[in-house]
Amino acid sequence: MPDKTKQMPPELKASLRAGFNEAWRKELRKSLPVKERMKIRRQKMPERKPDLRNKHFKEVNFGLAVKNALKEAQRCLDCANPMCVMGCPVGIDIPAFIKLIEAGRFNDSARKLKETNSLPSICGRVCPQESQCEAVCNLKKATGVSVAIGNLERFAADFERDSGKVFIPKALPPTGKKVAIIGAGPAGLTVAGELVKKGHKVTVFEALHVAGGVLVYGIPEFRLPNKILRAEVEYLKRLGVKFEMNIVVGKTVSLKDLKSDGYDAFFIGTGAGLPHFMNIPGENLIGIYSANEYLTRVNLMRAVDFPEYDTPVFKGKRAAVLGGGNVAMDSARTAKRLGAEMSAIVYRRSRVEMPARAEEVHHAEEEGIEFHFLTTPIRYFGDDKNRVKAMECLRMRLGEPDSSGRRRPVPIKDSEFIMEVDLVIVAIGNSSNPLIGQTTPELEVGKWGNVEVDWDTMATNMEGVYAGGDIIRGGATVILAMGDARIAAAGMHKYLSSKK
Amino acid sequence: MAKIIRRERLVPNLHLLEIEAPQVARKCKPGQFVIIMPDERGERIPLNIADWDSEKGTVTSVFLVVGTSTQKLSILRSGDEVPVYVGPLGKPAEIKKYGTVLCAGGCYGIGAVYPVARAMKKAGNKVISLIDVKANYLLYWEDKLKAVSDEFFVSSRDSYYDCKEFIPKVLKEVVKTTKIDRVISYGCTYLMYTCSEVTRPLGIKTIVSLNPIMLDGTGMCGACRVSIDKKTKFACVDGPDFDGHLVDWQELFSRRKSYFDDEIQSLCYWEKENFPKS
Ligand SMILES: Cc1cc2nc3c(=O)[nH]c(=O)nc-3n(C[C@H](O)[C@H](O)[C@H](O)COP(=O)(O)OP(=O)(O)OC[C@H]3O[C@@H](n4cnc5c(N)ncnc54)[C@H](O)[C@@H]3O)c2cc1C
Ligand SMILES: Cc1cc2nc3c(=O)[nH]c(=O)nc-3n(C[C@H](O)[C@H](O)[C@H](O)COP(=O)(O)OP(=O)(O)OC[C@H]3O[C@@H](n4cnc5c(N)ncnc54)[C@H](O)[C@@H]3O)c2cc1C
Ligand code: SF4
Ligand code: SF4
Ligand code: FES
Repeated sequence: MPDKTKQMPPELKASLRAGFNEAWRKELRKSLPVKERMKIRRQKMPERKPDLRNKHFKEVNFGLAVKNALKEAQRCLDCANPMCVMGCPVGIDIPAFIKLIEAGRFNDSARKLKETNSLPSICGRVCPQESQCEAVCNLKKATGVSVAIGNLERFAADFERDSGKVFIPKALPPTGKKVAIIGAGPAGLTVAGELVKKGHKVTVFEALHVAGGVLVYGIPEFRLPNKILRAEVEYLKRLGVKFEMNIVVGKTVSLKDLKSDGYDAFFIGTGAGLPHFMNIPGENLIGIYSANEYLTRVNLMRAVDFPEYDTPVFKGKRAAVLGGGNVAMDSARTAKRLGAEMSAIVYRRSRVEMPARAEEVHHAEEEGIEFHFLTTPIRYFGDDKNRVKAMECLRMRLGEPDSSGRRRPVPIKDSEFIMEVDLVIVAIGNSSNPLIGQTTPELEVGKWGNVEVDWDTMATNMEGVYAGGDIIRGGATVILAMGDARIAAAGMHKYLSSKK
Repeated sequence: MAKIIRRERLVPNLHLLEIEAPQVARKCKPGQFVIIMPDERGERIPLNIADWDSEKGTVTSVFLVVGTSTQKLSILRSGDEVPVYVGPLGKPAEIKKYGTVLCAGGCYGIGAVYPVARAMKKAGNKVISLIDVKANYLLYWEDKLKAVSDEFFVSSRDSYYDCKEFIPKVLKEVVKTTKIDRVISYGCTYLMYTCSEVTRPLGIKTIVSLNPIMLDGTGMCGACRVSIDKKTKFACVDGPDFDGHLVDWQELFSRRKSYFDDEIQSLCYWEKENFPKS
């Protein structure tokens, strides 16, 4: 992994400084004294009522209204030394886009965002802001409550999309170079957008029948409506990106085939694949799903609308979800929405170690999700039809910190107890997708099946082949995948330009 | 979108589906499968590849009508399109010169085992084909299979053909008189299971093509997990071919029935939509 304690690159510093010194920004700063700005309360994003929303799949948050967005933008102090930018993995010029909102120039704000982040309406919704940009916001240091950067990001991007005036940048003249992107997740989509703008011919190859990766098959509608993703994919198509669906690279075509078809450079963004299971007795009983399977049935295959749609899913009465990340929260909240009387998170550490976004945990609690901390299942029991009916659990306590710095859970002797469940969703992580590695023996992969790259360019050991996102990190975040993608796109453009 | 070249009923309830898919046709190997979705609201279901023509760019499967998806496939006509057709998936069958290879097939497996028999023959094996049908009018692809087999037996319950026993019994007789180096059994789960039980005490390596419920077919979801030698494997990427003596058959039988009630509901819904008041 790259060094996290990196310094701000000099070019970024210079461009932040230039923006800071623009006349209109100076004016705006003067228009309201810092003391007044600090008095404004953080604007709340309106939400659907918990006891109503946990019965359907409509989006939980409504987004900021114009007047609240303007007010929230005023809270940002337009710092000379904007720490927030350092907290954002792609280094968005945060004060610039927020001040454009304050100035009422919403579409310009969205364009500013898109200079560094091609999917702002998505990141505004799903980034763990509280541990990234908002964690280091100077206003937070001063008042304890950060600027709502994520909400503002979402506001600007949604405004632009809904205004129907999405800016289509002029593509540079065609370079005659062909690029193949493997995987239509956030990483692949980002590289596609960047390179098509540079004049390359870009084709995205995707194994599933819908583009978006985890954003369509994993993250549910109530958190990220499908139409947003569809709009982003439409946007890429308008820029000239070609999509070839239902192609499993490594099976339907190989990298070598693509090379002989005249592709000059490649990006592997195949994401995380194989779901982990716990390997405990009874795990293959009916009613025990991986989160990938459960969420794919509901989101991609629309089991919510069964039997109008053909794919079924178990609607348990008592659901247990194993894990403490976003995937676990999404699964538990989905089970609740599908009618579970009890939907519980079962996590082996305690609340503070849970990796999920704070907002998701909060929303889950509001919606009536139960939390069983310091608990782990050790085996399952089935009925005469081999359907899961109960789960034996063990209580844990926290011991010494492990390699990840989190305190290791240690079982407490004789603490076994039985939990009655008829639906179990295992959300304890994935390993990198093994398909390309297996079918491209020349490609260097690490011991977790992750593709190895040079972190400065995202180049793999094969000439012209780059990679990024979950396939190199083994399960991370949307914004990290997009950050990798931007570095890869720069590396690929350089490579393509040097190639005769 | 993939175009249907031909869909025809081979025998009652079993249909042939030939699809235009040049990229898939170029890569097919015996023992692999495709995932197909009959329409926009359909399920993604796996079908074995029964034949292909890389020059024409087409791929053929044989399917048995059991539920909504296969019902939907059975009314397609040439020129129609399906939204999802992806493959070839899974590991190819291991083809080598073993000596004498016995290919046992029934139901859709008669078609599915054909490319394996053909490749085994080409690899220099003596190929014995053992086909099971319920009645004489349910046999298809006799000529195709005969052309790649040194010996060819059919058992049918109506005693029209060589004998009326269910395949495993026939298999038991054959292994008494002939030295078999490998058995390949494709078709319904029960047939593959009983064939494996016949060869288990004799220690004849028996390869089966497992058919658990699948979803993506690319190793992403774990729907297709099966226990092989007490270890969990994903049939779509680790298989579908496995050693029949190591399979946890009871688990497979029960997991295949996971959605029994839903499937009936789904089919009733579809029939009501398509044949109102009939
Ligand atoms: C339920 C859930 C909730 C999450 N919530 C959040 C959140 O709130 N915030 C956040 O930041 N992150 C979240 N994440 C993580 C985030 O979604 C991922 O880190 C991110 O999607 C990784 O992007 P990617 O492009 O690398 O891969 P993916 O999104 O996994 O996309 C990979 C794509 O490649 C395709 N593919 C795979 N193999 C092949 C092949 N051989 N040929 C062709 N195509 C192939 C796949 O079908 C897929 O479409 C969540 C993940 C899940 C599962
Ligand atoms: C690798 C593989 C290869 C196969 N090859 C063939 C073939 O060549 N010809 C053929 O006729 N059948 C084949 N099958 C079985 C075929 O996929 C099922 O018959 C089909 O999915 C039934 O769908 P349905 O909607 O018509 O029936 P449903 O009413 O949905 O189900 C009937 C039965 O089919 C099985 N089934 C249901 N959904 C799935 C699914 N998504 N994946 C797998 N099985 C399911 C279950 O056991 C179920 O009880 C294969 C299965 C696998 C895993
Ligand atoms: S992309 Fe994520 S980290 Fe960066 S500013 Fe937006 S919400 Fe913050
Ligand atoms: S650190 Fe906070 S207050 Fe300062 S510019 Fe960034 S968002 Fe605005
Ligand atoms: S079908 Fe999803 S992993 Fe095999």
